[in-house]
Amino acid sequence: MAKIRFIEHTGEEHEVEAQAGGSVMLAALTNGVPGIDADCGGACSCATCHVYVQEDWLDKVGEISPTEEAMLSLSTDRQDNSRLSCQIEITDELDGLVVTTPEFQF
Amino acid sequence: MSENLTEMRASESPEQSRWSMVGKDPWTMPIEKIDLSHPGIWHTNEFLPFLERLRKEDPVHFCAESAVGPYWSVTKYSDIMEVDTSPHIYSSEPTVGIIDSYEEFTLPMFIAMDPPKHDDQRRIAQPVVAPANLKRLESIIRERVCNILDGLPVNEEFDWVKHVSVELTTQMLATLFDFPFEDRYKLTFWSDAATAIPGAGVVNSNEERWAAMEECLQVFTGLWNERVNAEPSSDLVSMLAHGEATRNMPPMEYLGNIILLIVGGNDTTRNSISGGVLALNENPAEYDKLRANHGIIPNMVSEIIRWQTPLAYMRRTALVDAELGGKQIKAGDKVVMWYASGNRDEEAIDRANEFLIDREKARQHLSFGFGLHRCMGNRLAEMQLRILWEEIMQRFHKVEVVGEPQRVYSSFVKGYTHLPVRLHPLN
Ligand code: HEM
Ligand code: FES
Repeated sequence: MAKIRFIEHTGEEHEVEAQAGGSVMLAALTNGVPGIDADCGGACSCATCHVYVQEDWLDKVGEISPTEEAMLSLSTDRQDNSRLSCQIEITDELDGLVVTTPEFQF
Repeated sequence: MSENLTEMRASESPEQSRWSMVGKDPWTMPIEKIDLSHPGIWHTNEFLPFLERLRKEDPVHFCAESAVGPYWSVTKYSDIMEVDTSPHIYSSEPTVGIIDSYEEFTLPMFIAMDPPKHDDQRRIAQPVVAPANLKRLESIIRERVCNILDGLPVNEEFDWVKHVSVELTTQMLATLFDFPFEDRYKLTFWSDAATAIPGAGVVNSNEERWAAMEECLQVFTGLWNERVNAEPSSDLVSMLAHGEATRNMPPMEYLGNIILLIVGGNDTTRNSISGGVLALNENPAEYDKLRANHGIIPNMVSEIIRWQTPLAYMRRTALVDAELGGKQIKAGDKVVMWYASGNRDEEAIDRANEFLIDREKARQHLSFGFGLHRCMGNRLAEMQLRILWEEIMQRFHKVEVVGEPQRVYSSFVKGYTHLPVRLHPLN
């Protein structure tokens, strides 16, 4: 189990409990957290599950694969802490993870 | 897009009856003879059972002989996903149409480029259709939608395609390019000319087509020169003129990008506008749901786009030998992803063959493709449709379809040339 905090671009916060094994994208969707569309259902091929990972957590959320990098590199809102949330697997170590959702998914 | 042209050519030849599947029984004809590339069954709206049979019996299907040569048809959602997300195996070059491009008429466009060139060019054009920019366009788009709707006749028959679908998408394109508004019909003409079959109405010959393209280039060069010397603004021409990677673009590449944006946003949105009206008429219970809850519109828009699938397929070319769904694809083979089929795949989409405006996960459809080439204009298309339906519901109890729709003669552009309707105002 891991607690994950999603912060919307407006500042509104949502804290959810997520099972290890699923993705951060799924945790948002199953708990009704707004701001993530996930049009491709987690196939790393739509970039509509884009989030910004809070700096302290960047080294714990795993590597960016070449496919994810390719999708992210096309995003207009790319930042250094950008990730596709369907590509972040939840582990117990991610308990306390904080991510921000962008104003728009595209 | 430019593929119609070749389909038409192939089909207008004396070969027509040889290749057409119109009137054939989809379930008993020899499966290897099924040829989805011929426009006939798309024109007559008979294509669905052919797709269903391939999904069930031969989901990665080889058509050895057709007017467009041999090609693979990929019809299941999961296999389409695999092809779409493997650009290193399945290339978008030299073209995404089923026919190899004509030497005499190819424009460089990033839809038909692989990384890294694709990525560089897309990155430049993309911001203009990014949601942040669209937000600023919303009020002007709504104003234009309202003007069009308020000018329509009520309680009498007229053609929805001409008076709403075409008019609205044309105005939208003009807005996007900040194109002189009174000249906006030129945009539709160029779009049609780029994809038309010489002799079928729009242009009479290839020379005429090139003349239209040259005019297009000339006008857009004028706009470029005007904007490159002005402050950067949010219209597409200005973005290209000021963009790091596009500033020194050769003229043909500039033209290619312009045409890609005009064509990409033209038929597709137009046919979703028409297709939504038809789908709601064919599914009255869904129309009732909509009347009861306008909040459903964003979800409905995704469902309309799935249901319509305005582009029936995209084509790739195998760069290396590969296995797909148990079949051996050879380097150089044409591989066609039939989005129109994947969107009806019951194994991937719940009740896929029903039009349900309140369905869950409505956004998970193939109509925009997936991966690096995923439709760049998808948010713009959705926004246009959302605004249109919001305003329709403010005015009309029903947009009633009062006659047979006529469909486009193409296996690529899935849409309508004519949709007779009658408007019933709210009281
Ligand atoms: C409902 C409406 C639309 C549909 C169904 C649609 C469909 C598609 C599809 C399937 C692709 C993928 C091409 C591929 O994978 O090879 C695509 C790409 C593209 N679309 Fe759309 N489109 C729509 C609206 C628009 C609009 C409004 C614009 C213009 C502003 C647009 C511009 C583009 C561009 C530029 C590409 C190329 C992207 C790339 O290669 O990276 N589309 N579209
Ligand atoms: S859900 Fe599509 S990329 Fe993550």
